[in-house]
Amino acid sequence: MWRHCLLPGLAAWLAAAAPAHAYIAYVSNEKGNTVSVIDTDSWTVTNTIKVGQRPRGIEFTRDGKFVMVAVGDDDTIQVIDAKTQQIVDTLPSGPDPELFTQDASGKTLYVANENDNTVTVIDLQTRGRVGDIQVGVEPEGMTVSPDGKILINTSETTNMAHFIDTAKREIVANVLVDSRPRFAAFKSDGSELWVSSEIGGTVSIIDPVKHAVTGKIEFSIPGLRREAIQPVGIDITKDGKTAFIALGPANRIAVVDATTHTVTKYLLVGQRVWHMAFTPDEKYLLTTNGVSNDVSVIDVASQKVIKTIQVGELPWGITITPQ
Amino acid sequence: MFRWLAGAIALGLMSPLALAAEPVEVNIGYLHHAGIKETLSLIAQPAENDGVAGARLAIEDNNTTGKFLNQHFNLDEVRLKAGDDVVKAAQTLASHDGFIIADLPADQLLKVSDVLRDNGTLLLNAGAIDDRLREEDCRADVIHVAPTRSMLADALAQYLVWKQWKRWLLVVGSHDKDKLYADALRRAATRFGAKIVQERTFEDTGGARRTDSGVTLIQRQMPVFTQQAPAYDVLVAADESEVFASYLPYRTWDPRPVAGSAGLMPTSWDAAHDQWGAIQLQNRFVKLNSRHMTALDMQAWTAARMIGEAASRTNSGDPKRLADFIKGPDFSVAAFKGQALTLRDWNLQLRQPILLADGRMVVSVSPQEGFLHQVSELDTLGVDRPETKCKLR
Repeated sequence: MWRHCLLPGLAAWLAAAAPAHAYIAYVSNEKGNTVSVIDTDSWTVTNTIKVGQRPRGIEFTRDGKFVMVAVGDDDTIQVIDAKTQQIVDTLPSGPDPELFTQDASGKTLYVANENDNTVTVIDLQTRGRVGDIQVGVEPEGMTVSPDGKILINTSETTNMAHFIDTAKREIVANVLVDSRPRFAAFKSDGSELWVSSEIGGTVSIIDPVKHAVTGKIEFSIPGLRREAIQPVGIDITKDGKTAFIALGPANRIAVVDATTHTVTKYLLVGQRVWHMAFTPDEKYLLTTNGVSNDVSVIDVASQKVIKTIQVGELPWGITITPQ
Repeated sequence: MFRWLAGAIALGLMSPLALAAEPVEVNIGYLHHAGIKETLSLIAQPAENDGVAGARLAIEDNNTTGKFLNQHFNLDEVRLKAGDDVVKAAQTLASHDGFIIADLPADQLLKVSDVLRDNGTLLLNAGAIDDRLREEDCRADVIHVAPTRSMLADALAQYLVWKQWKRWLLVVGSHDKDKLYADALRRAATRFGAKIVQERTFEDTGGARRTDSGVTLIQRQMPVFTQQAPAYDVLVAADESEVFASYLPYRTWDPRPVAGSAGLMPTSWDAAHDQWGAIQLQNRFVKLNSRHMTALDMQAWTAARMIGEAASRTNSGDPKRLADFIKGPDFSVAAFKGQALTLRDWNLQLRQPILLADGRMVVSVSPQEGFLHQVSELDTLGVDRPETKCKLR
């Protein structure tokens, strides 16, 4: 608030140099069994929270009050109070939860349980399990369509994106994609579904109405063998114009023109980059770099890596305060 | 809402995926021998269903996927007893199954291939590691899922060289397959810059692998057997016959690590492998079989998954079509090794990373960093295209 009192010129300079808002990012450290808390104003780790075994999927509740983290080897999802930064509850996921997603209202949580080929449905208000949906082998990627009607789950060994009617909790379509689909993301207008295939090395663009693959993004980096390019995380800007794709052991983020589906740039980040999250103003994109144990900060407008922050052992997932 | 979805499904019919409305049945045979091979270590003793248990899990995995494509997979197992005619058994399977996963000795596999080649049956070799099956004796109707001896030896050699353990004392058993493994190890040493400082042969003079007198005698024999060796970094043992290698660790005259058939061993799979999502497969396997997953189980799993993968990609159960797809340029299969596995088109060998395991942990995975190749780093393991003697027919 004090910034409002400054001279306009100085304020403009400050706006360029520092975020207008400080947000809080939570990073799950898969091997460290911890969650690192990052202040996006100072770009420092302000706290490290001990959690259960093998934390991976991590997300804020829509109201920003809690952070949910899937601790796969403990077969549960832990709930962290964002104010006190303490674990306050657990959610009844199925065995080995890895990734999860919630609907727009923040009332329902869908969890991919890798070990028993199911998606578990959890009511976030009662924090009770209300149903299971049978899907393919090794469910992982999860996302809900912007209109809330369709839940997408990808299964890694079945190699499909399953389209699930959220009202009926039934599969209505299956779309075959390349090997080991790990992550799914809709454009904010719901016009396209993007699915990354880690072993196939591609991102499939799917028409969500026709349930058909309409295009594929391929990657090629000079001096890097094809097998090292393993797309995982996908983040698309709200305007649907630019996408960022994490390429795993290629240690790079691909910047993609989301209209033409062509790669425009590769940004070198830390080693084995898994997932990403935008700050709510979309000024910055934070990436988790598994092998180098750090988080890279990308300035979205200039498409440059501006910072690296050391976190815990094998960072995997990341979530940032929704507002 | 429902109508909208119905419309969407109808539209989906135009995509190749939904053509699967026609039910597809895929029948796969599994041919192997009954009887358990004796190992020195009791915990290394394979189970009766070693191999076929992996194929069964893959059939379950294929059927989970098949549910969405209207495809169904079956496995017919034939376990040959002593005196059974392998060719006859294969012919019976082939009358019903378009694919046979075989865990057979090299000569028997060739016999089966020769009688079935005009039948259109695709054989998937899950068990035999002999290089000759992919070289001078290669066949156009046999796909090799098991790695070769030379791939295993190269994987080990790359690591030992990376570790700067370049002086090897090679100890070879007296049986044919031990000698073949030794050949592969010698070739690997030459390729990657290791030096075999001396070779010794361990004669199999017979005798039981289990005795009540136990280790007393072994503890005297092994130090004596390994004494007065020239300076070496690592003892490399070639003992596929399970006669002596497992007796060597901690008993060598000089304090040296052991690799090859004991100590650090190259393998296509290990029960301790948990990288790249492998933990999920290990969990599924243990749940189904109440035991750990072996290399043979994994080779059979991969073979059955290759068929499942081809069926879902081509939307077909026709053996010829699937075989063509598997042999074609667009085929790859994910098998928890951190990269896609593909076929070498010149001899139909599956390219694959090789694990180096010590019986408790996975120590490393080859190819090692820095061993480069113009096509695929996986081709630094085993006999490469320019050296091949294979002429597929």
